[in-house]
Amino acid sequence: MFRYTKLTALREVLVWIVTLIGLLPLYLLVVTALKPDQEVLTTSAVAPPSTVDFGAFVEVLTSTGRNSIPMSILNSVIITAGAIAGLVLLGSLTAYVIARRTRTWTNVTYYLVLIAIILPAQLGTVPLYIGARSVGLTGNALGMILLWIGILLPLSIFLYASFFRGLTTEYEEAAVIDGATPTQAFFRVVLPLMAPATGTVAILAGLIVWNDFFNSLIFLGGSETQTLPVAMYTYVGGLVSAWNKIFAVVIISMIPILAFYMFAQKRFIQGFAGGLKG
Amino acid sequence: MTVTTQDSTRTITVPPDARNTPPPRPRGGRKPLITFGHWWWALPAVALVIGVHYAATMTGGFFAFTNWTGLGEWDFIGFANFERIFSDPMLLGSVWNTLFLAFGSVILTNVFGLLYALAINRMLKTRYILRTLLFMPVVLSPLAVAYVWKFIFQFNGPLNGFLGLIGLEEWQKVWLADPSWSIWAILITVVWQQTGFVMVIYLAGLASVPVEVEEAAAIDGAGIWGRFWHVVVPAIRPSIAIATTLGIIQGLRIFDQILALTGGGPAGATETLATQVYKQAFALGQFGFGSALALVLTVIILVFAILQQRVTRDRDAGKA
Repeated sequence: MFRYTKLTALREVLVWIVTLIGLLPLYLLVVTALKPDQEVLTTSAVAPPSTVDFGAFVEVLTSTGRNSIPMSILNSVIITAGAIAGLVLLGSLTAYVIARRTRTWTNVTYYLVLIAIILPAQLGTVPLYIGARSVGLTGNALGMILLWIGILLPLSIFLYASFFRGLTTEYEEAAVIDGATPTQAFFRVVLPLMAPATGTVAILAGLIVWNDFFNSLIFLGGSETQTLPVAMYTYVGGLVSAWNKIFAVVIISMIPILAFYMFAQKRFIQGFAGGLKG
Repeated sequence: MTVTTQDSTRTITVPPDARNTPPPRPRGGRKPLITFGHWWWALPAVALVIGVHYAATMTGGFFAFTNWTGLGEWDFIGFANFERIFSDPMLLGSVWNTLFLAFGSVILTNVFGLLYALAINRMLKTRYILRTLLFMPVVLSPLAVAYVWKFIFQFNGPLNGFLGLIGLEEWQKVWLADPSWSIWAILITVVWQQTGFVMVIYLAGLASVPVEVEEAAAIDGAGIWGRFWHVVVPAIRPSIAIATTLGIIQGLRIFDQILALTGGGPAGATETLATQVYKQAFALGQFGFGSALALVLTVIILVFAILQQRVTRDRDAGKA
């Protein structure tokens, strides 16, 4: 009885109007970033630029020195990729052992992991910083990668464990009977079947690590190695009302994650359609 | 940021019967046919989790009762740090700001997110495009989003321009430098970014409302309001629990937006526990005092997380 009526069409139009008004800030972001310097302060914020000017982008992307934006992008990519690789490897190995073996210690470990997900991270920040500083893991990408693996492992283990419990043991059993070692069975048979779990872990961890400001600010503070959000914070702090340049930095920081988002969308739809097929 | 764990991804891709199920017991004590991996595969992860989560948190709890500055001598000073927190008006204000932002953002994102989810849930032809568009701000960096809003809120920015255009010049303000309005500016920034996240949780919940039941209720004469309260709300109760719990936890730790928009000013009017932990511990080097603030924040987060669980569980128990 719910049919598409004139009222539904009206609702659709209203929702679109609300959505477009809601996304106005992103429109302002793009038009302002494309304005030449003198137009930023003289023209209305909603007016499109008289000529499209990529000057702000060129200036941002050629910045050098400690808060160089291109260097910080490279650092962010290294840290995010390293953290994802570690979380996929350690998370899947641990979750596999926890999910497939039924001993007391695996149950205890699983509950340790669950509690760690709920435990707020703030209180541990100061001791972690002091510990990392004393062993030389502050101010470099390696320390940051290890920190992120530690922080997000509970999430990764939890997600993988849920998927492993939904997967029958017949695949590994068949592989072992055919002569595979447990290691081969895991890496050649089980892990490839876990592509949807790996995708979920990579998407969530990638988003959290790439966008993080707080931890990078503390653990990389004052060093040559800066991630994109911290470099953006410092860079913007040195610009007064040069909104076209500020917004050029902001847009550059958004592009990778938006590309990632489009990819993730596809992934979700595949998840709906193909189930665990990957 | 362990709080964003429960987002759409999990709701969609984790097989429903695999969630939170206890490990399967070997049936009738039968030994499994093969060994699954090696036990030591779990070692590095267990060591990292214990170190980064448990050891660090406990050490932080201990620091909270000392006056350590990160270097040299320190003393065990009992509750002196906490007496200082609760007798300093600025720090007390930061506790209130923390709670204001958490509750304000939970209420507003849930109202807007649910309304939007209801509006696009049934029959709209472009619902997937709308969903994708509204979820977009969620994936962006909070810092980047805060700069966009900083532009909107500045004195000669678009917001004041708009107010002037519609003849409300007397409403124009220096939003981010106004002691009573700056916290609202931060709240709006947070709500704008997080509404899409809540909407996706509610859309997943609404998908579980059978269309036949809603139609049956409509045929039996239930109005739109009656259908909402008696058909939709009971079905999306788990979504409400998830959205409000995650929202509170996330809201209590808002940090990036404040640093970008106001830096805690004007005159401490937008300081929260999270910004104060950062400033006291890392800018001023008072590791002991900063840890005490972090302990207060941790206790508040845990109290609300547990309360939230209680409230939702009681409601479910009362229903069954």
